[in-house]
Amino acid sequence: MASSHMTGSRIRERRLVLGMRQSDLAKAVGISPSYLNLIEHNRRRIGGKLLVDLARTLEVEASLLTEGAEAALLEELREAAAGNAEARDELARIDEFAGRFPGWAQLLAEKHRRVGELERIVETLTDRMTHDPFLSASLHEVLSTVTAIRSTAAILADTEDLDRDWQIRFHRNLRDESQRLAEGAQALVSYLDDNSADASQQQSPREEVEAFLQRHEFHFAELEGRPGNVEAILAGGVELTTPAARDMARRHLERYVQDAQILPLETFAEAAQQMQLDPGRLAQHFATDPGMVFRRLAALPEDKLPVRVGLVICDGSGALTFRRPLPGFALPRFGAACPLWPLYQALSRPMAPIRAVIEQPARPPQRFLTFALCQPVRMSGFGGPQVLEAAMLILPDLSEGAEQTQLVGTSCRICPRESCPARREPSILSAGI
Amino acid sequence: MGRNVLLIEDEPNIIEAIRFILSRDGWSVMTHSDGRNAYQAVCQRKPDLVILDVMLPGRSGFDILQDIRADEALAGVPVLMLTAKGQSKDRDMAGLLGASKFMTKPFSNAEVLAAVRELAGS
Repeated sequence: MASSHMTGSRIRERRLVLGMRQSDLAKAVGISPSYLNLIEHNRRRIGGKLLVDLARTLEVEASLLTEGAEAALLEELREAAAGNAEARDELARIDEFAGRFPGWAQLLAEKHRRVGELERIVETLTDRMTHDPFLSASLHEVLSTVTAIRSTAAILADTEDLDRDWQIRFHRNLRDESQRLAEGAQALVSYLDDNSADASQQQSPREEVEAFLQRHEFHFAELEGRPGNVEAILAGGVELTTPAARDMARRHLERYVQDAQILPLETFAEAAQQMQLDPGRLAQHFATDPGMVFRRLAALPEDKLPVRVGLVICDGSGALTFRRPLPGFALPRFGAACPLWPLYQALSRPMAPIRAVIEQPARPPQRFLTFALCQPVRMSGFGGPQVLEAAMLILPDLSEGAEQTQLVGTSCRICPRESCPARREPSILSAGI
Repeated sequence: MGRNVLLIEDEPNIIEAIRFILSRDGWSVMTHSDGRNAYQAVCQRKPDLVILDVMLPGRSGFDILQDIRADEALAGVPVLMLTAKGQSKDRDMAGLLGASKFMTKPFSNAEVLAAVRELAGS
């Protein structure tokens, strides 16, 4: 197994923790100190027996030295470095940082994520303040009432020779307006109260649905083989705090039920194994559309699958509406993804099936086998709008680089492919990172 | 300058209060509440000063202001704009469209009086 780029830093760190000299460690594993020095400075990649020997001598698991979770962490750190000149200058040393201070790096990534979440809350709230017609009308109502009260009260207080008829009239106005103010203020408060739950939560409805699906590992045994109770499952969805999220989850589950009826679990899982997850053959075999096969593959429990699968679905605007992550395949957390993904190529050529091996920039580069297809979802009648949906199934690439690969990214900001013709904004990564 | 003011506003109790204070200051106060034909009301009644609310039923005060300023016969009439939204963009809009003065609710009686006197004196 090829080791990651940070392995050397980890070896060095571990050696220093043990208070071991470089020459002693080199001797123990039978290499020259200068070679170990190169390894420790990540100038030589190691694997196999040498890695195992080093790990044993350093009294750690070899996997600890090569830990795979670092790719995601690095990605997050790169994102965090966006817009900070000092950090950008040190991007070249990001591996060293994450390798030597895994705890601090984790903390930084976590804080960065939290800032992103909070920024979105602020955006949502700002949006609400600006565009909320109820809030705007209520505030207008309150201000109008307050104006009338202020003016009337001042007349009553300041006019010395106010005759009795006017007095009665202004007192009555005052009473009416204060009643109206009380009602307006109450309506405003209860409106803001209702919304406070939304405001304090950190997730969009889409993210809530994702958390809900992840907890179930995208599989609902209760909905397999019989028309299960969607509402009961939704009732147990603690993640679904908003009506919007609940509604989106309901639509997902209803579609799940339909898919499960046409492609029953056991039969489908068996065929999927036999046909090595080839969605084209599976669709033919079951006389259904590949989109449904994609969704069923992404809904199979892991013990029914030879490899792990990922799936992303987007609507006609390119917005991701479903994501089942595949470890190693980096998905953008917010905003648009890489326009070179076969998903978007499919979107521009409805009904044309696309099969492509793609490579995301990482160390080592991550290759995946993808199948993508864009299909109309709902037939709203002739003359109605055509609603399209594209889906991309993501599988690990088992061809060992034998197939031609398309170079793609995650999203432009954190993509190192500088001269990419599809680039939409500059990358925060400097050349060669 | 005469002492006739046309108050274009839809809140009855605000109308009553403003009418009262201005009357006591020697103004003859006419009122109008519908945005749709507010411009026609200005043309017919030929006031010496207009107090115009922004949020009116049927038509925005900004639109009405635009009509007034486009009318040569009314070009010299001072217009005091009233709004419950004191945002700077409303203020800018009012200035751009030719309002003589701009006041934000809730205003005090003294402020209204001072504004009207100022516009009458100018």
